[in-house]
Amino acid sequence: MRKSFNLMGAVLPLGLFALGAWAGTSGLIGQIGTYWEDIVYLTQQHMVLVGASGGAAILVGIPVGIWLSRPSMERHAETVMQVFNIGTTIPTLAVIALSMTILGIGFAPAFFGLFVASLLPIVRNTYAGLLAVPAHLKEAALGMGMTRGQILWRVELPNALYVMFSGVRTALAINVGTTPLAFLIGGGGLGELIFTGIDLMDTSMLLAGAIPTAMLAVLVDFLTGQGQLRLIPRGVNPLRV
Amino acid sequence: MIRLENLTKTFDTPNGTVVAADKVNMEVPSGEICILLGPSGCGKTTALKMINRLIPPSSGKIFINGEDTSGLNDIELRRKIGYVIQQIGLFPNMTIEENICVVPRLLGWDLKRARARAAELLALVGLEPRLFLKRYPKELSGGQQQRVGVIRALAADPPVMLMDEPFGAIDPINREIIQDEFLKMQATLKKTIMFVSHDIDEAVKMGDKIAIFRAGKIEQYDAPDRILAHPVNAFVADFVGADRTLKRLRLITAEEVADPDAPVIARHGRAADAAAMLRNSDHRFLVVIDADHRPVGYVTAEEAEGSSGLVGDLAHPLPATVPVRADLRAVVSEMFAHDTLWLTLVDDGGRFAGVVTQPAVTRCLGETYARANAA
Repeated sequence: MRKSFNLMGAVLPLGLFALGAWAGTSGLIGQIGTYWEDIVYLTQQHMVLVGASGGAAILVGIPVGIWLSRPSMERHAETVMQVFNIGTTIPTLAVIALSMTILGIGFAPAFFGLFVASLLPIVRNTYAGLLAVPAHLKEAALGMGMTRGQILWRVELPNALYVMFSGVRTALAINVGTTPLAFLIGGGGLGELIFTGIDLMDTSMLLAGAIPTAMLAVLVDFLTGQGQLRLIPRGVNPLRV
Repeated sequence: MIRLENLTKTFDTPNGTVVAADKVNMEVPSGEICILLGPSGCGKTTALKMINRLIPPSSGKIFINGEDTSGLNDIELRRKIGYVIQQIGLFPNMTIEENICVVPRLLGWDLKRARARAAELLALVGLEPRLFLKRYPKELSGGQQQRVGVIRALAADPPVMLMDEPFGAIDPINREIIQDEFLKMQATLKKTIMFVSHDIDEAVKMGDKIAIFRAGKIEQYDAPDRILAHPVNAFVADFVGADRTLKRLRLITAEEVADPDAPVIARHGRAADAAAMLRNSDHRFLVVIDADHRPVGYVTAEEAEGSSGLVGDLAHPLPATVPVRADLRAVVSEMFAHDTLWLTLVDDGGRFAGVVTQPAVTRCLGETYARANAA
């Protein structure tokens, strides 16, 4: 692990340097620079799509996961989860296409398609995380005189938080990666540069879309990873010793 | 005080109705520990969990300090009862301090008071508050976690505690230590405790009373010595084991069977005096003591007789001494180890406190059987 890490550490900067040198001499950087205004505008659009659909998925997915994990739902929860599972087997491109047939083109179908695609990991991890809270913790909490709500907030959710956070992280990774497809149904975003670049065989235009998309994906994953490290209490965080 | 009246629990299963607890009647006096003992599936845990309604009773009544608990709602009732489980159940997301403060905070104590209480309780079980308050459960050893589990139940000072195999998950050495600590605490706290166990040795050690369960019914409810000496039926006799009389050894301290008037003589006393003392008593030996009253050896009647000189020169070293508070099991064990029929007792300061003999031990154990036969 450590050895491969060192190798990466040596190869990566060298590779980047070579890439930069080539891009500089071939004039690619200058060409990409001509798209600067588009990049700024489309990145904003892109981030709004990610933020809105991802945020909505969190706001809906977590309560749904909690609701499915309640003892009263025990009999139906697995059936509902199966429906969600079938939902993920549909490729996200198909989800977006389906959503266009219903909602037309523009922001709304793109938002809805991305929302649906990122919902499942959040629901599944919330549900699984809450079910994995040991029964004896719930028994101790009940025996001490906590109400159902207190047990959920003070015992179940904190102890499921790490697994739930992993679900959010996966969902946002899927979301950021899928958002370029939104362009195909008129949702805008950096996909506009990528797909147009492909169609015109214009490498600099393609890269003007692809590089910010990649950077955004890395940034979002870094931020959620940091959140997972810092926001979850030390006692239940395997990342902190 | 906890009183159970006709407490019954039935479960409806596809194979018909199962009776988990069948008209259980018992009373635990205030300040006593009552052990619910029996094989698995005998209804002891069901009986315990009906008291804080983790299992709702089918019928019957529960009184705590004379008050019928059916008038309280589940939440109020549980906050008034300390609850300790085998898996400990410390909340891993909370620090030790937060864990201990849970019930006080639920009861509306202000934060300062709850925190002071947490520190006080940690100190009580020998865990330095400064080191442990801010730690998380996973940073503690199993034994330390179990101690915190017990003091968390004590946090709001409930009069009644329910303990479901609280020391079941700890290794034997630490279990003994924690049991001793708990008994010491209980001696000052005087809680009324219901304690589920499946271990007869633990029951004999911890219990003021033991209730033996079978198939949802109490077979016998008695003091440990009565259960061991006079099991009411073959089931109880079988459950407490063929060596039940040996188990009684743990219930009696050396002091109780010792002969405190066993004769002693100073080291610099004359052998002739020793012989004279023994001639006028039915003892066969004298314990030799030093100036601080510490036993240092013994002389027998035969050797003292006709000998001149000092007893200090005649004395044999003592094979072993036992503290007065040792139980008879430890005493007998020492006797067997040294192939001797008697041992010298010493008090906390190491001073002579009497002699305990094997016939005295067997007489003490046998008395209760003789009385039962005479009656």
